[in-house]
Amino acid sequence: MNRTIPPWRKILKILVAVKRVVDANVKVSVKSDGSGVDLANVKMSMNPFDEIAIEEAVRLKEAGVATEVIAVSAGVAQCQETLRTALAIGADRAILVEWNGELQPLGVAKLLKAIVDREQPQLVILGKQAIDDDSNQTGQMLAALAGFPQATSASKIIICDGRATVSREVDGGSETLSVSLPTVVTTDLRLNEPRYVTLPNIMKAKKKPLETLSPDDLHVDVTIRLETLKVTEPPRRGAGVILPGVDSLVEKLRMEAKII
Amino acid sequence: MTILVIAEHDNVSLKGSTLNTIGAAALIATMTGSDIHVLVVGHKVQAVSEAAACIAGVSKVLFADSRTPEGELAENTEATVMALQSDYTHILAPATAYGKDIAPRVAAKLDVAQISDITAVVSADTFERPIYAGNAVVTVKSHDSIKVITVRTTAFAAASEQGGCAVQEAVAWVDAGPSSRFVGRQVRQLDRPDLANARRVVSGGRGLGSPENYAKVLEPLADLLGAGMGASRAAVDAGFAPNDYQVGQTGKIVAPELYVAVGISGAIQHLAGMKDSRVVVAINKDAEAPIFSVADYGLVGDLFALVPELIDSLSKEAVH
Repeated sequence: MNRTIPPWRKILKILVAVKRVVDANVKVSVKSDGSGVDLANVKMSMNPFDEIAIEEAVRLKEAGVATEVIAVSAGVAQCQETLRTALAIGADRAILVEWNGELQPLGVAKLLKAIVDREQPQLVILGKQAIDDDSNQTGQMLAALAGFPQATSASKIIICDGRATVSREVDGGSETLSVSLPTVVTTDLRLNEPRYVTLPNIMKAKKKPLETLSPDDLHVDVTIRLETLKVTEPPRRGAGVILPGVDSLVEKLRMEAKII
Repeated sequence: MTILVIAEHDNVSLKGSTLNTIGAAALIATMTGSDIHVLVVGHKVQAVSEAAACIAGVSKVLFADSRTPEGELAENTEATVMALQSDYTHILAPATAYGKDIAPRVAAKLDVAQISDITAVVSADTFERPIYAGNAVVTVKSHDSIKVITVRTTAFAAASEQGGCAVQEAVAWVDAGPSSRFVGRQVRQLDRPDLANARRVVSGGRGLGSPENYAKVLEPLADLLGAGMGASRAAVDAGFAPNDYQVGQTGKIVAPELYVAVGISGAIQHLAGMKDSRVVVAINKDAEAPIFSVADYGLVGDLFALVPELIDSLSKEAVH
């Protein structure tokens, strides 16, 4: 049987955006001058949703669906470590857009749009949300700027015949969209369970190409639009009491909290 | 000056999240003397539009009727917003799965920042929002001419569904093209209150041990209390409960009258989603579990003994 490979199948490049954030297990503290949170000597890691994004891209490559996985990050030079982790999971090469100032989602989306123009990926995967600024914006902004369809909070991705069928986590259940490639997908928790990175793969990752660019190279203005006036501690919720048993709990709920 | 609120609805009725979002818009409107317009995008949305017109404080309802019967896409709603011929100073949507899909697109098209999940309005251009799973609150000032905002619905009082008498106006629904198609939706039939709107929530964690235990132990308690059901991320990850049961930083933010945390240790990401509840009850075998630091009432012990005992004790009371 003469089975020709359709053109979209020959080169399915996946671009994955990864962000360096405070490790999920760190409890951050607010600086006493109210200027921000204290990030000195705090463990930094890849944003957990981005780890899921890179894992999904690598699985698509391993399944023979994708041909190349490119990891991209924006921020300080140390983001190279985050990109090396992405390479150790299985990305083929990495791009860092180095910038020492603050970046906000709109600026990052513009940088990613410029990288998309350069690399022409058919699929861009991002985490749905970064666990530092909790914005949940960048994927949707990139989709709007690039004119790609979007499928956010994905729990399943199937690529077939130039389209992606994506199950999405929505309120009250799930929803399925069929989007044409190129497209932007953002990941939710249940899409996959990222692998543990092995030492041989960490060693291999050190030899993979990592290109560094600046926002100027991409002709992108990353000026921030939201000025931080202050960062404060949230109102504290005082600990209550440990009760001896169920009877006293029911008593408290009825008499004190007046909730039953 | 005019504020636009993008309404969340199911083509039949408005979602509660829309009322809270209008509540936030009303705070901005009192500071600026603005009008509030509500945009309803969907299929045969006349009834929803009429309901929106009755909401106190709304001066105009714009409705755009789509050709597709269901599954309104974010691409189309964004294009419909962008086609509106009006100078809005603020565009607000609820910080729900629906609003979060649309607002960043609108902001990007307008080349403005989007301000996510606001919890307070300081002034017309300055807002508070939680960051780092609610471990810090940032006050941000927007330097953009248009503020595109998503609203944390639990942080704002709902606008009254009555008392308004707004003009209704049909606007063009814009089809963004065929690149995205709605295939289907799998909706769980809930015979109990929806987590986001429930007055009481019973939530379970890894301590329950299995999906069977999650259901067997918690459902009778939730039924008795008329409560919605939630779960920690660990319980969702372990497959005990569906993803949209997840309470926390990357799941749902809830603030019910009563939150009962069963077998939940209380990771900061979970506390971020429930610490604004009025009364928190924690049941956990580990007396050192962080959940007790935010609980009003705690029981330390075996949940498999304590929960049935609680059900037994509560069923002797009139709990509703």
